[in-house]
Parts: sequence; structure tokens; C-alpha cells
Amino acid sequence: MNSVLIPAAMLIPVIFALAVAIMPAEKARGTALLGMLLGAVPVLGLLFLFDYQNAAAFQFAGSVDWIPEFGLRLSLGIDSVALLLIALTALLGPICVLGSWTAIVERQRLFYSWLLILQTAMLGVFAARDLVVFYICFEFTLLPMFILIGVFGSTNRKIASIKFFLYTFTGSLIALAGLVYVAWYAAGHYGHWTLDIGDLASAARTMSPTQQGWVLAGMLAGFAVKVPLFPLHTWLPLAHTEAPTAGSVILAGVLLKLGTYGIYRFVLGFVPMAVAEHAPMLAVLSIIGIVYAGLICWVQTDVKKLIAYSSVSHLGFCVLGLVAVNATGLSGSILYMLNHGLSTGALFLMIGFMYERYHTRDMGQLGGLASKMPVWSSFMVFFVLASVGLPGLNGFVSEFLCLIGAFQSSSSLVAAGHPGATPGALGPWYAFFAGTGMVVAAMYLLIMVGRVVWGKLVEPHEHHHDDDGSHLPPDLTAREVTALIPLALGCLVFGLWPQPLLGAIEAPVNVAIRSFEFEAPQPTPHPEHAQADAHVGEVAP
Amino acid sequence: MTERLAYLWPELSLFIATCVVMVLGLSPSRETRRLCAWVSAIGLLVAAGLAVNAPVDSEALLPNLMPFAKLLIAMVGLVLLMLLAGTVDRDYEAEIASGRTVFHALRSNRAEFYSFFLFSLTGLMLTASAESLIWLFLALELTSLPTYIMVTISTRGTQSQEAGVKYFFLGALGAAFFLYGFALIYGGTGATHFADIAAVIAADGMNPILTLGMIIGLIGVSFKIAAVPMHFYTPDVYQGAAAPVSAMLAFVPKAAGFIAIIVLCALMGWRYGPGGESLPEAVRLLLWISAALTMTVGNTLALRQRSVKRILAYSSIAHSGYMLVGVVAGPGSDPARFTTNGIAAVLFYLLCYGFMNVGAFAVLAALRRPDGTEADDIDDIRGLCHTQPVLGWSMVLCALSLLGMPPLLGFIGKFGLFTSAISAGEIVLVVILGLNSAIAAAYYLRLVVTPYLERPAERDAMAVQRVAIPSRAIVAVVSACSVVVLVLAAQFLVTRSAIAGRVIETKPPVRAQTQP
Repeated sequence: MNSVLIPAAMLIPVIFALAVAIMPAEKARGTALLGMLLGAVPVLGLLFLFDYQNAAAFQFAGSVDWIPEFGLRLSLGIDSVALLLIALTALLGPICVLGSWTAIVERQRLFYSWLLILQTAMLGVFAARDLVVFYICFEFTLLPMFILIGVFGSTNRKIASIKFFLYTFTGSLIALAGLVYVAWYAAGHYGHWTLDIGDLASAARTMSPTQQGWVLAGMLAGFAVKVPLFPLHTWLPLAHTEAPTAGSVILAGVLLKLGTYGIYRFVLGFVPMAVAEHAPMLAVLSIIGIVYAGLICWVQTDVKKLIAYSSVSHLGFCVLGLVAVNATGLSGSILYMLNHGLSTGALFLMIGFMYERYHTRDMGQLGGLASKMPVWSSFMVFFVLASVGLPGLNGFVSEFLCLIGAFQSSSSLVAAGHPGATPGALGPWYAFFAGTGMVVAAMYLLIMVGRVVWGKLVEPHEHHHDDDGSHLPPDLTAREVTALIPLALGCLVFGLWPQPLLGAIEAPVNVAIRSFEFEAPQPTPHPEHAQADAHVGEVAP
Repeated sequence: MTERLAYLWPELSLFIATCVVMVLGLSPSRETRRLCAWVSAIGLLVAAGLAVNAPVDSEALLPNLMPFAKLLIAMVGLVLLMLLAGTVDRDYEAEIASGRTVFHALRSNRAEFYSFFLFSLTGLMLTASAESLIWLFLALELTSLPTYIMVTISTRGTQSQEAGVKYFFLGALGAAFFLYGFALIYGGTGATHFADIAAVIAADGMNPILTLGMIIGLIGVSFKIAAVPMHFYTPDVYQGAAAPVSAMLAFVPKAAGFIAIIVLCALMGWRYGPGGESLPEAVRLLLWISAALTMTVGNTLALRQRSVKRILAYSSIAHSGYMLVGVVAGPGSDPARFTTNGIAAVLFYLLCYGFMNVGAFAVLAALRRPDGTEADDIDDIRGLCHTQPVLGWSMVLCALSLLGMPPLLGFIGKFGLFTSAISAGEIVLVVILGLNSAIAAAYYLRLVVTPYLERPAERDAMAVQRVAIPSRAIVAVVSACSVVVLVLAAQFLVTRSAIAGRVIETKPPVRAQTQP
């Protein structure tokens, strides 16, 4: 009976999307909110009924045959990592509707129905236990986002939406080639075609290091674009800047996590040997991303672009934690996925609220808003501090864990008998350079807050409160505060008390780490060890 | 020879319908003339029924190809027939009905139009049942010759005549090519029957004359599928012909070309190369390069087009390239499996392509500008989802399926090509295929964005209207529904394709002893 919960969570938004599409436009947003809230009910059920003692197992599983010829089944199931990301998605859904309440005036039905469909696709990505179901949902997130940016974005929306679509579509097609290669290899391994992610993972780990390297390259083409990792990040600032508020919140909050989740589930799970081999390169790319994007932020005058680049920078920590391949780094990284979703999602929401009032995001035209919008300013400062990584708020815990993970991840330290060192290919220097990113982040975010929130009040010249017809009060309304409170609570609670989250993801992280155990004795990977250890962990990712 | 007749009942039924239609269309009575479309439909339905029960030719290289191909041809033929209905003679019939003119058999094109369509389908079915080079040549010509005339008479405009002439001359060039190639194959093996050729090749291997013949033959046949370097005519011809005829051109000759290519390749067998699972190196290289170039050229040139017909023409070139990937991959080590069998993937893709492409053309065919000309410019479909929701959504669905958006039919087809090509070790080709699908996204997205997201033109006078032929809108809707619904039936279609794509390799030692 529990296995209906995931399909229910996925179906409710689609049903409401259809309802929104045929309803009168003025009822669209209310219906959408109802749909998002009702869709969150099964997710609450998942959260309560989930067996946290057995968190690495895929629970609520259910499957229906679709194309047995391919081994294709509509198969769903979640472990605690997927569960938490699903919870994040379900939380952000209603918040996005609330955040768009007055911002979207025209073509509301179009907007809200695609927002609901996007919700389903994102849930599907996290819940999929079948490769093709995963891929279908992964790709299907593109279309709604393309429409949200392309129709409801600001001036350069067309270029932004097409660039977003083409970048990610190209990447994911190459990733598909890599994934299909794994499926073909697994078919030879088992003697029949299967697309079950767990089966594929155990088969994929028996591939030779060369094969794993190519599969890694293919998969990264898809997932690194989505994250986005350093040289492939150029679509993101444009897409974020042009997207409507809800689009940015979803994009930063969940869609970017599809990339890191893909790396966690597929790259780490399928090709551990290649990851161990190429971890330094990936780490260097993410550190370049952290520092380079941070420096770009420093000179931004567009507040939204600043936050967009800060996402690139922050997601770099996330990837760094993943490629550290030890329990600390991995837990930190997964925690970061959630925390970044909360804090950056909230920041985009804040910018959206500000933009609705002033119709500009230029720091040159804004300043000292604390005197005009005290509530907004308090929230802004709070979320910026969460994003900076102030101890006590959520960003700190995860960022710190990622850095510790990178620091301890060094096989040479293990060999030298250093206490606390764990296998991996990184080391203190990686952590040091990544750590400079934290300093940069503090600078640009605090500079931004300093200019926008404090100082002398500056408002845009052509700004008049009454000419836009929306009649928003100068400061936040109750609706807007309602949207922000859950995020703020999340930031605070998970910052002060991250233990439940860390406990929940401990088991799957340990399973994921176990696939790297081939590496423990020697610094260099040995294929025969991988062969021997290939079948470790029945419930590996 | 006579026992071969047992396989030809579908063709015979079409042929009989052709003859009847040709006479009916010349009748002075209006009611009798109107029977043309119905008789054609009955002929196709009977052919479909006969194709279902067609016997399996265990002697052939692809024993199960015939039932699958003929049923597919008959079904897509029915859809095409609905689309083609009313293309010619509408104005003329209206004049007769109003009494301004009297019927004159020489001025009427109706009989020719329907009967040539059925002729072309007959040729296509005969291609699937060909058992010798001469038969194959004749069948291919029977497929193409009627289409030259159909293009020319499809509209009264000069651009159709230009398209027809262009198509005819280049088609003749293609025919000369593959005839020359077939002659060389005969020269290289001393046989025209496929079974004999396959036996000789299996026993003695490839020789230079044979290889040259195969290469020239394949280049010639690539005219039919509009593959590089024989693709130049496509955009002009598709644009010049009426949209229903373009839809037909994008399926019928292409299907014939692919069946011919598959048969020619099956003669050589996929048993060369280091792994023993690829075509002879020269042929493989030719098809490999052709596939890569065809995809890339088609997709790149489509990017800058404004005419929807030209976009679809270039996209049809690109799709030929995708399907060639399946031919290069070959049937694989276990031909019974769809996932590793490239031939099955090609056949399945042909089916997917047939529906989604016909749907896109049908939307165009179902629209006309206020001045009576065909809708063609991308501006004509601007905001179509708002003005003509049914047609607009059909266009959006078909374009998304052509794009390969999961979970629509086009994605399943492309997935089959991916798996088979990867199984055959053609990783580079798969990556090119992936990159090309991404390029293609750019222009297919325009076909999604323009009707769905953009606002229709302000002035109603400029807006396109629906033509007064309901069957065209029905075709658009049926095709658009099938790209969604057939996904649910994918398991059935996929297993059928896997059976049809089974290639029987001629065993060298056994046959070598029976040779004189």
C-alpha cells in the first residue's frame, strides 16, 4: 500500500496541471497552490513512513513492465538521499507558487500548469529506479523550464531559454550514450537486458578502467552541464537572470541538484575506478569554479546574476565533496544539495520580491533598503548569512564537511598513517584552495548586502509605487513572509541541528563509499580488486 | 516463379485497385469519380489484411521482413491516402459542379493521381518482396516514377513543375547509378538472384568489382533516402510539391530506399571486420561517412530555414542519417533481440518516422493562407495553438517527437538506434548522433515555440484558415495521437520489428558444396 505514495506524489501535480490548464485564468494560481500542497501530502507520508533504520534500501518500491524487450520497467523507489531531495522539491513547490502570486500577471494558466508538470518530472528523477525512467524525467524537466524562461523571463529570455535547452539537451544526449553503453555492457554481463539502476551499477563496476573512463566522460557531459561544473557553466547565469522568480528558485533549488544527484547516483555508483582516477581533475575543475565564479560575483552589479554565479561557486563545493569519496565529503555534499536549495532558493525569492517593487536588480540603483523594507532586509541578511556559511546556519555545516572531506581524502596520508585520513585522491591543498572560495563568498555577498540593505536609501529614479497596478506595499506582505518562513526555519534548524539529516543519509553514504574500497590498500586502483569487490552492497546506488 | 506469387497477394490487390481507380477517375459521372479515394482505401485495406497473413519466405535473406514491411506500408499508405485526398482537381470539380465547364478526361488529374499513388505503394511493397537485382531495380523505379508525376500535378503552380523536373532528372541520375552498380554486382558474382549472390559472396568473399558495384549501388539508392551526396533535391522538391505529396515523398521513397539498402547489405552480410560483426570495410566506411554527413548536413542546413516545408525536408535528410546508423550497426550477434539489432531499429524508426513526419506535414496541408496558397512560412503557424488548437497541438507533439523528446515515440525509436549502434561498437557514430539530435533541437523547438508560445498575428486577415477537407485535420490528429499512444504499445511494435529485422546469414561451407 505504501508503494502508491510515490506515484501519488507524482500524479497529483500532473492532474492539477491539467485542471489549471482548463480553468479560468483567475483561478489558476489558487488551484496550483492547492495542487502543490496536496502533492506534498504524500511526500509527508513518505517522510513519516520511511524506515530510517534501513535507509540505504530502496523503499516504497513498485514497478510495472513497460517494454520488457529493453528490460524497461516503470520502477520507482527511494533511499534516504532521494527522500530528502524529494522533500526539498515538495517544499519548494508551494513556495514557488506563493512567490509568483503577483509577479505572473499574464498567461497564468500556462505558467502554473508547467510549474506543476515540472514538479512531477523532478520528483520522477529522484524516485526513478529504472535508467530510462530516470532519463525521461531528467530530460522532461527541460521543456517546462524552457517554457518558464522563454515566455515569462525578462528581456533576453529567448536566447537564455534556447541556450539553456541546447546546452543541457546536448549534454544529456551524450550522457545517454554513456548510460546505454553501461546497459549494453550489463546485458552482456547478465545475459539479458536490464535497465534497473541497482543491477546496472553492480555490472558497471566490473568494467575495465578504460571503459569506466569513457563512461565517466559521457556521463559527466550530461551531469556537469547541469551542475554546472566550471567550463560548462556559461548557460546558468543567463538562464537565472532571465528566468522568472519561480523559475530561478526551482532552477537553483532543484534542477542543479539533478546534476549532483546524477553524479552521486550514476558516476560514483557506476564507475568508481574512473572516479578514483580522475578525482583530482574533477576537484581542480570544481575549485576553479568555486574561486572563478566567486571572483565574477565580486564585480557583478546585477544582484540576481550575482546570486546565479554564487550558485556556480557553491555547487563547486558540492562536487568537491562528492569526488573526495569519503563519508565526510559525501555527507557534506548531500547536505549541501539540501542547504543550497533552501538558502539560494530563498535568495532568489528575495530578489524576486525586490524586483517586483523596483523593477530593477541593479545595485547601482538600489541601496539602503533597510529603512524602507525592514522585514525584507532582515530576511535578506539572514539568508545571505546562511549562504555565506555563518556557523549556526545551514550553509556552514555542509560547506565545512565538504572541505574536511577533501582535506582528509588522501591515500598518501593514509599510507603515512595520519589519523583521520581517509582514502581518496585529494588532500589538504585542495581543501585550502577551495577554502579561499569561502572567503571570496563572504566578501561578495556581504558587499552586496552592504550596498543593497544598509547605507543611504537609494531608489530607482523612475520608480513610482502605484503605476504598476500590483499595489504591493513597500515591505513584504503576509503571503511573501509565509513563503519565506519555512525556508528560514529550515536554514536555522538544519544549521543548529544537522544530526538527523546526517544520520538519515549515513547508511546510503556508507554503501556508496564501500564501492571505493578496492582502493584502500594501495594508492593506485587495481582492476582485479574491483572485479572482486564488484558485488559489494546489494543496495548500492 | 509462380510459387513466388504466393507472396505477392498484397501487391496484386493494390494493382487491381490501381486499375479500377484509373478507369473510375475518368468517368463523366461525378459520383463515380468520387469513388476513387474509397476504392483506393479498400485496396489498401485488403492489402493490409493480406499482408498480415503473408507467408514467411524462409529462403530470403530477411525472411520475416515482408509481412512487417507490407503491413507498415499499407497502414501508413492509408494515412497518406487520407492526406492526399482532395489534393488535385478541387477547383476543377467545383467548376464542373457549378456548371461553368463540362468534364473533360484530359483536363482531369484525379485518376492519375490516385492510381499513381497506389502504383508507388505497389512498387514499395515489391521492393520488400524482391528476390533478384532486376526485380529490385524495377520495384525501385516503380516506386519513384509515379512520384515524379504526382509532384508535378500536385498543384497548378509552376513551382510544382520545376520541382517535378528537378526530381525527375536527379531521380534518373540516381537510377542510372544504382543500375550501374547492380550491373557491376552481376559482373562480380555472375548472378542476379539474391540467394545466388549471397552464396557466391559467402563462398568466395568480396572482390573489387563487387565492392565497387555495391558502393555505386548504395550511392544510387541513397537518392531515394535523400542521403548525402544525393540529397540536394530534397528541399526544393518538398517545397514545390503540395504538402500532402511532400509527406508522401518523405516516407514512400525513403522506405523503399532503406529496404533496398538493407537487402544489399544483407547480401554481403555483417560478418567482416575485426569483431566479425560489421560490413566489408569499404562499404562500412561509405555508410559511416554518409550517415555522419547526412545527419550533420541535414540538421545544420535546417537551422536557418524559414519555410516549414524546407525545415521538414532537411529534417527528413537528417532522419535518414539517423537510420543509416542502424544499417551500419547491422543485426548484431543476436538478431532476435531488438536492443542489439540495428536493422530492427531501422524498421522501427521507419514506423515512428512515418507517423510523426506525416503528422507535421498534415498540419501544413490542413492550413491555407487567406489568398488560398498553402501555409508554409514559419509565420503562418505562429500562435496556431491559440487559433487552431487541434492543429497547433498536433504540430507541437509531432515536432517534439521528431526532436526525440522522451517519452514520445521518436525517443523510443532513437533509443533503439542508440542501443544497437553501441552494441556494434560504433561509439563515435552514436556521439555524432547525439550531437546532431541536439542541433536538431534548435529548429524543432521553433516548431514548438512558434505555434504554442508565440501570439498569433494581430490582424485576422493575415491568419491562416483551415482548409475545407476534414480528412487532413484528422490525419494530423491521428498522427499526433499515435506518437503518444504507440509508446504504450511499444513492446508489441518492438518485438515485431525485431522479428522482421532478423537477417539470415548464408552459411559459407554448406552453400559452397552445392555450387557447381
